Amino acid sequence: MLEIENLNKSYENHRALTDVSLFVPTGIIFGLLGPNGAGKTTLIRIINQIIEQDSGTVKIAGKVLSADDIRKIGYLPEERGLYKKMKVWDQLIYFARLKGLDQNEAKSKVKAWLDKLDIYSWRDKKIEDLSKGMAQKVQFISTVIHQPSILILDEPFSGFDPVNAEIIKNEILELKSNGTTVILSTHRMESVELLCDQVAMINRSRKILDGTIREIKSQFRPEVFEITLTSINNPLPQEWTPKQEGDFYEISLPLAGKSPNQLLSEMMEYGEVVSFRERIPTMEEIFIQQVKATANA
Amino acid sequence: MHKILLVIQREYLARVKKKSFLIATLLTPLIFPAIMGIFVWIAVQEKENQSLRIIEVIDETNLFFMESSEQYAFTSSIKDAEEAKKMVQEGERYGFLYIPKMDLTNPKGIQFYSIDNPNMNLMGYLEGALKRKIEDQRLYEKGIDPQVLKDIRTSIDIQSVTLGDEGEEKVNDATVNYALGFVSGILIYLFIFIYGNQIMQGVIEEKSSRIVEILVSSLRPFQLMMGKIVGIGAVGLTQFLIWVFLIGSLSSIVIGVLGMQMPQQQAMEMANPEFAQAAPDAGELSRILMVIDGIDFFALVTSFIFYFLGGYLLYGSLFAAIGSAVDAPSDAQQFMFPITIPLIVSYMGLFVFVLQDPNSTTSFWLSVIPLTSPIAMMGRISYGVPFWELALSMGLLIAGFLFTTWLAGKIYRIGILMHGTKPTYKILWKWVKASQ
Repeated sequence: MLEIENLNKSYENHRALTDVSLFVPTGIIFGLLGPNGAGKTTLIRIINQIIEQDSGTVKIAGKVLSADDIRKIGYLPEERGLYKKMKVWDQLIYFARLKGLDQNEAKSKVKAWLDKLDIYSWRDKKIEDLSKGMAQKVQFISTVIHQPSILILDEPFSGFDPVNAEIIKNEILELKSNGTTVILSTHRMESVELLCDQVAMINRSRKILDGTIREIKSQFRPEVFEITLTSINNPLPQEWTPKQEGDFYEISLPLAGKSPNQLLSEMMEYGEVVSFRERIPTMEEIFIQQVKATANA
Repeated sequence: MHKILLVIQREYLARVKKKSFLIATLLTPLIFPAIMGIFVWIAVQEKENQSLRIIEVIDETNLFFMESSEQYAFTSSIKDAEEAKKMVQEGERYGFLYIPKMDLTNPKGIQFYSIDNPNMNLMGYLEGALKRKIEDQRLYEKGIDPQVLKDIRTSIDIQSVTLGDEGEEKVNDATVNYALGFVSGILIYLFIFIYGNQIMQGVIEEKSSRIVEILVSSLRPFQLMMGKIVGIGAVGLTQFLIWVFLIGSLSSIVIGVLGMQMPQQQAMEMANPEFAQAAPDAGELSRILMVIDGIDFFALVTSFIFYFLGGYLLYGSLFAAIGSAVDAPSDAQQFMFPITIPLIVSYMGLFVFVLQDPNSTTSFWLSVIPLTSPIAMMGRISYGVPFWELALSMGLLIAGFLFTTWLAGKIYRIGILMHGTKPTYKILWKWVKASQ
């Protein structure tokens, strides 16, 4: 469980975070959304103790984060980096030991992960001799090698080919099922819908939205219904701009104060209703709409 | 502390395991003995292969008799200059020396003709021989026997002895002290530049490849910086010690081999200083040995290592700070000024002031101010430095590197996470003042 309370951070000429509070329950995947420059990286860096907040607290399991808690966090930065001239094995051992694992523990963990991701035979290769996908697997291992209870992934899928992205996605889900809390920072909404249990949206240094995906979606329902009609007996009003495909007509109509049942019975007078469903906004639509709304505010 | 050790270990092994380190470490010391050996070999070959060169002399003054040497034979069979030139052209003579009738008080118009450009050696030999002849001739004209002058010529050799506090006597020789100061000062200068640059490159590599963000989520930026500085310093020290060992043993082998080719007399002098002392013109050598004997090598070596490391740490952290502030090595140039200027000042100061007069006021200040002391003090050590001056200089150097490390740490922790900004001194100063 990660609690972030009233975090503030300013740089020399702009505010990066304004009173940001978040509550991340244990064992979920938490999506951190926001456009570039919103303050996501600053927030992540504060959680990782790379930089210090001006005010506010970060707590893990009810206790204020201390330097030792670094061990509990695994961090995959958006900009990846490995020592190009170092061998895969040496590199992973080094990162594992920096996270506080002892020599033997580090060795067995590194071996287990290399086996798991099928790159054990590459252990003596230098990073510069690996393909990009391979290097990213190594990078991912370096993030999770010390069994962190909180995993912070900044754009984890960028640069992965579909096959490796799938492998990593499954690893993330497996870690989650083992009780790891995952914070996923991204602007790829399709992975948010697919993976995240909860999200928070940050724009211009402030949190503008948070909750489960279902909650957010119902909150931002546009109350528009998509209706498909056939066997028309009354002509449809032109302002509905119906789309005709063979005998089928598709229209979307706002509720405009009516109840869904009222709208449905109204529709039945025009013909045979073959489908009637509410339009659910995608996270992407909500994201863009919210970013625009706060930009205009 | 444990994490710093891990960083030190990584920085050390990553460099020491490189092939380029092995090559540089093993080949560099071979260069000196190899160059020495090549020169000796060439000289020996030249002497053996050289055929006697015949030089035609036309002396219109009839005063000069040129003595032939192992390499050059002088003949004066011809009286016609044109004919002599032709002989040179046809290769019958190596050269042709023409001495016209001239005023001995103002000798002019002497010419040497040859096909090759004559070497310095020959010209020096000819000029020396003619000069002596003219001088002898002029002495005769003034009524002085040149032999008398030769007998009067005396060589003086003052032995410089310093008195210690308890009256103990120590033989000195400025040449030896000069050489020791010169070599150790330059070594420190090179060490700071070469390994300081490696620190900077290493920091830039971590910054530009973004490894640093992963690293600083595991340990404090300051630990990372110190680990890198100490690790690279250890690489330098390792390389240096290997060099000292290799140069020492190789040079002694080369000298040993050459020694066998030396005339008996010299070899015996080398081997036995007492014998040398007995021999009249071996004074120089024996004195050098006495001076070397008189130098406190323990103090010299310990202070060398102290200034070597102190200077490295002082400048190393500055190199790290610069590396953290820029995105690419090419941007680093603008900040190199504050590093290169004091280093060059101490380098110049070593030659201009310290080695000339180790106890002057300028030498004192150069050897006490932390930015210049690592190099300047080495020029004074072998002459002997009062204890309080040494203590002051060392204390200030420690304070100095603590200060630069603190300053660099402030710049470093912000700089390594900054991308795409072109920092200026003003921005660096803001980083220093920033709390985080």
